[in-house]
Amino acid sequence: MTDVTTEAPVPGARIPAERGTSTRLAANVLDVFVRSIVPVLLALVAGAILLLALGRNPLTFYGDIWKGGIELGAWQDSLMRAAPLLLIAIGLTVVFRANIWNLGYDGQFLLGAALISGLGPWIVTREPLWFALTVLFLVAGAAGAAWTIVPAALKAYYGTNEIITTLMMSFIGVGVANILIKGPFQDPTVNIPETRVLPLDKMLPSIPGTRVHVGVLVAFAAVIVVHFVLTRTSFGLRLQVLGANPRAARHMGVKLPRVIVMSFLVSGFLIGMAAAADILGIWGYVRSNWNPAYGDTVIPFVFLARLNVLALVPYVLFYAVLSTGGDLATEHANLTTDFLLVLVALILIFMTLIEYFGRRRALGTSYLTPGLRQSLRVPWRTTSKAAAE
Amino acid sequence: MTKRFPGVLANDEVSLSMYAGEVHCLLGENGAGKSTLISILSGMLRPDAGEIRVDGRPVRIDSPRAALELGVGTVYQHSTLVPALTVLENLLLGDARGLRLNTRPARERLAEFASTLGIEIDADAPAGELALGRQQQVEIIKALWRGSRVLVLDEPTSMLTPQGVAELQGVLRRLKETGIAVIFITHKLHEALAVADRITILRSGRVVGSLEHVRLEQSSAEELQAEIVRMMFGEEGRTATDVAELRTDLSAEEGYGAAHAEHADTLLELVGVSARPIGGSDPGITDISLVVHEGEIIGVAGMDGNGQRALAEAIAGERSTSAGDVRLYDAPVGKLDVAARQKLGLRYVTDDRLGEGVVTSLPVSVNLFLKRIGQRPFWKHGRIDRTAIDREAQSLVTSFDVRTPSVATRAGTLSGGNVQKVVLARELSNDPKVVVFHKPTYGLDLRTTRVVRDIIRDLAAGGAAALVISTDLDELLELCSRILVLSRGRLVGEVENGPHASERVGELMIGADEEAA
Repeated sequence: MTDVTTEAPVPGARIPAERGTSTRLAANVLDVFVRSIVPVLLALVAGAILLLALGRNPLTFYGDIWKGGIELGAWQDSLMRAAPLLLIAIGLTVVFRANIWNLGYDGQFLLGAALISGLGPWIVTREPLWFALTVLFLVAGAAGAAWTIVPAALKAYYGTNEIITTLMMSFIGVGVANILIKGPFQDPTVNIPETRVLPLDKMLPSIPGTRVHVGVLVAFAAVIVVHFVLTRTSFGLRLQVLGANPRAARHMGVKLPRVIVMSFLVSGFLIGMAAAADILGIWGYVRSNWNPAYGDTVIPFVFLARLNVLALVPYVLFYAVLSTGGDLATEHANLTTDFLLVLVALILIFMTLIEYFGRRRALGTSYLTPGLRQSLRVPWRTTSKAAAE
Repeated sequence: MTKRFPGVLANDEVSLSMYAGEVHCLLGENGAGKSTLISILSGMLRPDAGEIRVDGRPVRIDSPRAALELGVGTVYQHSTLVPALTVLENLLLGDARGLRLNTRPARERLAEFASTLGIEIDADAPAGELALGRQQQVEIIKALWRGSRVLVLDEPTSMLTPQGVAELQGVLRRLKETGIAVIFITHKLHEALAVADRITILRSGRVVGSLEHVRLEQSSAEELQAEIVRMMFGEEGRTATDVAELRTDLSAEEGYGAAHAEHADTLLELVGVSARPIGGSDPGITDISLVVHEGEIIGVAGMDGNGQRALAEAIAGERSTSAGDVRLYDAPVGKLDVAARQKLGLRYVTDDRLGEGVVTSLPVSVNLFLKRIGQRPFWKHGRIDRTAIDREAQSLVTSFDVRTPSVATRAGTLSGGNVQKVVLARELSNDPKVVVFHKPTYGLDLRTTRVVRDIIRDLAAGGAAALVISTDLDELLELCSRILVLSRGRLVGEVENGPHASERVGELMIGADEEAA
């Protein structure tokens, strides 16, 4: 048999052959720019037009966001606001990569928060501070992870839909957290249902020279570790195979129950850590019925970062600046803070547009699971070919 | 009706005309541009240049809906029916005008279609429970539902049993009588000769030849075959023996596959193995015992859905067994998982290449090592060594002749034959001892089919053992020394390959069916 002369030109797949590492790097940098910066700029422009239509000066408004979110040390507040968001976002990225939907983040977060604000005041007075804080971080993480065990086991061994089970467990988790706050962890000295307050000197220490607590460092360290695990390790590849095609994962000998349970546990742990960073770094106590719903806020960014942990960082930072500085800006412009959500929505719209047009480029670095990628790009057209990709 | 198509297709100009009441066969290897052409006709893709004319008028087909409105209905290779809905509901899906489903006229219409085509269809049966051949007939009716005059069939026989193919040919004859133009896309030469009034041969996106009605009637089958083979493969295909399909006649002289030596070692043994079914159409397997020796190729024949998948998965370790023993080199491996069995040299080439054989969104290089995730030398302390993977992948791609722009290309962009080569490269590298092949040449073009069969023979000649599970009896007759017959999850007989083996296998298949009935 001799060589075949007719190599199949695959329709629609223009893959540059053998790209060098340096050009690939350049292409990646360009991708990141187009994906994470351009839509934000477009949203700001559209927001400015909207402000003009409302009779406000957009320059003053954006200037106020800048002042309130970045200038005069406000960037430190923004960073601190970003820490729990970032931890939750990477926790969600881990499971979403396996195409598993952990939507129980509120329950996992609040349980962690309730546990450490209950145990915190007790443990910090008995143990050395660094040890106590480490233990509290681990306790919060463990609480978040533990709250995923039931949905994880049901999913792994019985194939139960985890969207339902995690939501259910979330309701229970929020309820249990409130019971803890009103019951055993109630501060006996006040009439309001809240836990005892951590003394200021027993909270997370600041990074020297700033007001920024070290929880921010924990969050960024977690970003790096999780990014490494997802992209360079066998566990990360197994997650990716499971997310792309569970049948293939089974065929390849991936131990599905183990991977499913592991990804749930890691996700819950990171979400619990977010509670620790927030409570130990900023609040110092929890009041009953408190629910910042960080998870709902970051989910869009998780998907827009294409389940890429590094790409999450600019999104979350941007949102943190926007929400920190937005308090001041909306007050000055006599708008409600809801206007900030309009800006976020505009970013979403432009991101979706870019995702759609980016289809024409080889989006090799896109990390959405194939089904999800398809539904994000062309939800109205699902061809057999697209499904096969 | 004339439909001219001077368009740019996979970079080359293609012109075709279709006439009413005629079956026009498009013949070509995988990647010759057949699928692109259908996609354009059905409105999924737009031509970069050129135009389509219906009844002499230039038209634009820019959506599947537009195609239907112009009277072009398409039946794809894979089912597009919604399994949970009934036949009638499926037909009404594309036709939902108004809020209420108007079933009575639709029911009558279906009956009318069924009698025209000479088939029987239960309007209230869930589509998913129909046999594949029946589902395809529903698809044909669905394509014609809105009055299409051109019917495009994409590889319609690839999922059918021989009886199903015969039935389809009957349907096509009746369609012709009603004046519908049929475009029949295939890469199987004998099918084209059996049904076509006109054959157009595509190669590399170009029309390389066509045979008119008159030629088809006047020339003898051998002449036509030789001519078509020459057009399909160019100069390389000078001799018809190059093409696997045409070699079956020759296998008699080659001695019916390799008979195993008297004292060869037993490599794989199944003792009374049973496994539970997964899913509705899967019968599982019951009490299967078989032995495969060193250097042997054993075939497992049977119609689709008789437990082939369960058998393969039970051997590979993907499915747990409920009874019996799987033994590899005389040691039970029932407790070992897929990865452990893979390490011992037990490999499984799955039939569902795109569905589970590769992860389409991952690069070829990673796909080549997906069964060795976490193992040295590609992962060290759990960390991936991409250089090692790329290097090894490159050498596998070369030795298995995988046509890919680079090892970093996503596996999903390769053609079916090349995906199969990727799967083979993964399973047959790193010292294979016992290999289960499940429909190894299903859906492949003639040339790749031949390459794959040669690979299986070489493997056995090298001392490994192969178990070939196939629904293609000719393939088993060509390759195997013994053929086992699987029916409803049980082995119902064993036939030594030789003269009349085909008849005896057929009898066993039918006999088992009658007993059960």
